[in-house]
Amino acid sequence: MENLLITILLTSIPILLAGLGELVTEKSGVLNLGVEGMMLCGAVAALGSVLIFGNPYIGILFGAVAGILISTVFSFFTITLMTNQVATGLGLTIFATALTGLIGEPFVGKTAASLPKLEIIFLSDIPYLGKILFSNDILVYFAIFLIFFIHFGFQNTKIGIIIRAVGDNHDSAHSIGYSVKLVRWISTSFGGMCAGMGGAYIPLALTPHWSEGMTAGKGWIALALVVFASWMPIRLLIGALIFGGITILQFVAQARGWDVPSQFLNMLPYLATILALALISFKLKQNNYAPTCLGKHFLGNK
Amino acid sequence: MIEFTPRKIQSSFWAILSPIISIAITILIGSLIFKILSYPVIESLYQVFVSPFSRPDRIADIFVKACPLIIIGLGLIFCFKANIWNIGAEGQFILGALCAGSFALLFPETKTYMLLFSMFIIGFAGGAIWASIPAILKVRLNVNEILVSLMLVYVAMLFIDFIVRGPLRDPMSFGFPLSKVYPDGAIISKVDFPFIGYLGQFHYGIFIILILCPLIWFFINKTLPGFQIKIFGSSTRASEFAGFNKNKITFYVLLVSGGLSGVAGVIEVSANMGRLQPEVSFGYGFTAIIVAFLGRLNPYGVVIAGIIIATAKLGADNAQMVLGIPKVVTGIFEGMLLFFLLASETIQKYKISIRKDN
Repeated sequence: MENLLITILLTSIPILLAGLGELVTEKSGVLNLGVEGMMLCGAVAALGSVLIFGNPYIGILFGAVAGILISTVFSFFTITLMTNQVATGLGLTIFATALTGLIGEPFVGKTAASLPKLEIIFLSDIPYLGKILFSNDILVYFAIFLIFFIHFGFQNTKIGIIIRAVGDNHDSAHSIGYSVKLVRWISTSFGGMCAGMGGAYIPLALTPHWSEGMTAGKGWIALALVVFASWMPIRLLIGALIFGGITILQFVAQARGWDVPSQFLNMLPYLATILALALISFKLKQNNYAPTCLGKHFLGNK
Repeated sequence: MIEFTPRKIQSSFWAILSPIISIAITILIGSLIFKILSYPVIESLYQVFVSPFSRPDRIADIFVKACPLIIIGLGLIFCFKANIWNIGAEGQFILGALCAGSFALLFPETKTYMLLFSMFIIGFAGGAIWASIPAILKVRLNVNEILVSLMLVYVAMLFIDFIVRGPLRDPMSFGFPLSKVYPDGAIISKVDFPFIGYLGQFHYGIFIILILCPLIWFFINKTLPGFQIKIFGSSTRASEFAGFNKNKITFYVLLVSGGLSGVAGVIEVSANMGRLQPEVSFGYGFTAIIVAFLGRLNPYGVVIAGIIIATAKLGADNAQMVLGIPKVVTGIFEGMLLFFLLASETIQKYKISIRKDN
């Protein structure tokens, strides 16, 4: 049981990290559909750098940087050149899937070192809870920290409020003197960084070798999760854990020998995403939490 | 400071020029990538863009490769014109192939082409039903169609995998995940050209484009529903004032687009495979998105775009065989091409000037 809960937590980390990043991006009014592509970039950069340097922490760094770099391509086209955000995000995923396939080819069949578990003294000795919550790798702690960081950031800090203002009414934000495009560039880069780290987590902790398109739709699920969480970081954690649980269900079913074809079990995360989006839509109908300027261009002439 | 001023009149000259410029820039950067990866640049470009034209049967195969891309792309025109983002054509393609294939396998030994005709209808229905899931969710609950249609791609892939490995597996396939071979009446035959004979895999299914393309052009440009789709896509508010039914448009564009993807799936399997297998599509549904954009959402443009992209795809196969360049580079080119096409749309819509800040 303990192990099961830990596995669920670990499985949910990539979606959680990518979702948190996308949440910040979307709060600033940018819809980046390239999460899947950015995660792949993070994954391949992390794996490659670990194979070269041998240190998994360097992998996190490279994953984050790769995510930022690829997100600037998106920012340049959508924010500076004002291209359609949906199509550009799609293009980013097509581009990044191929690019990482090319870069990752030499890594096929090689195994990278995993992130070490860090046990927090005293706390990790608490029965049950200690093992689940306080003896994990650094990215788990970071993801949990990030949830609260983003939550309080949006509520209580100036920069958080500026991001929200830009996302909710870019004309007003502009007229008070904030640079809408700069705020969006930074928020999108933050999203890229988180997606890169989320992607990096896959080879660093879950499956330590490269396969083309190894994120298998996690980026898209993260996008759906942001809607499901109605743009609230803490709800994102709940959503990510549910998805972690559903993903793990297939392994449980296999281990227990349930007589269900594996393909149907593998469908569950995708079907659950659709179901989640449908369910949350009832709520969003009454109260639309989406940032008002989500996906809209800002000319910025005046 | 870069300034964007909306243009009052958008030049149609630029509309034709922009895809050409986008391709040129993509090739330029592509050459740079070949250079960085230390492949011979001229030889690589020759393999990708010219070698597919080097023999008559290779030219014929361009059309074979372009056929599914064009048919899916023609369907996507409806969605993209209406600003509805169906990115799940890959799944609709699979479902079309799967439904029609299962139907064909119910009637072994059938020789009449009535079977093929029914398969087209069933394939269309299969694709349309798969697309109706995001359509209904969008219309009823305002659920994002992008995510739903994409999730259904994964579901469709797993579903056909299950069917071909399970219920429809041929007991004589020696453990391979393959269905039985289609009956004769379900096979689209290759074209036997007079005096020449067969050319590559060129098959009769390709001729459906000759009917579809003008039909869709006429529908979009000369009929009221076509007009409604265009207005709905360019300004939702204007179409609301005009009293157009928003839900109806959303629903039908998705259905038609899904249906055509399904038909593309039927043709692809009936002409080239002759039986069901776990992988019936090789990313056609995603590539067709690029084809639709490259063709500037014009049916004739889509045909040309489909041929261009198919050429590059076959060329990439050649480049892999001759020079060892990994085939995935085409995806890099496709992504870049889409970026530049979108950027050129901005230039078309806005006048860009550089202003000095005080």
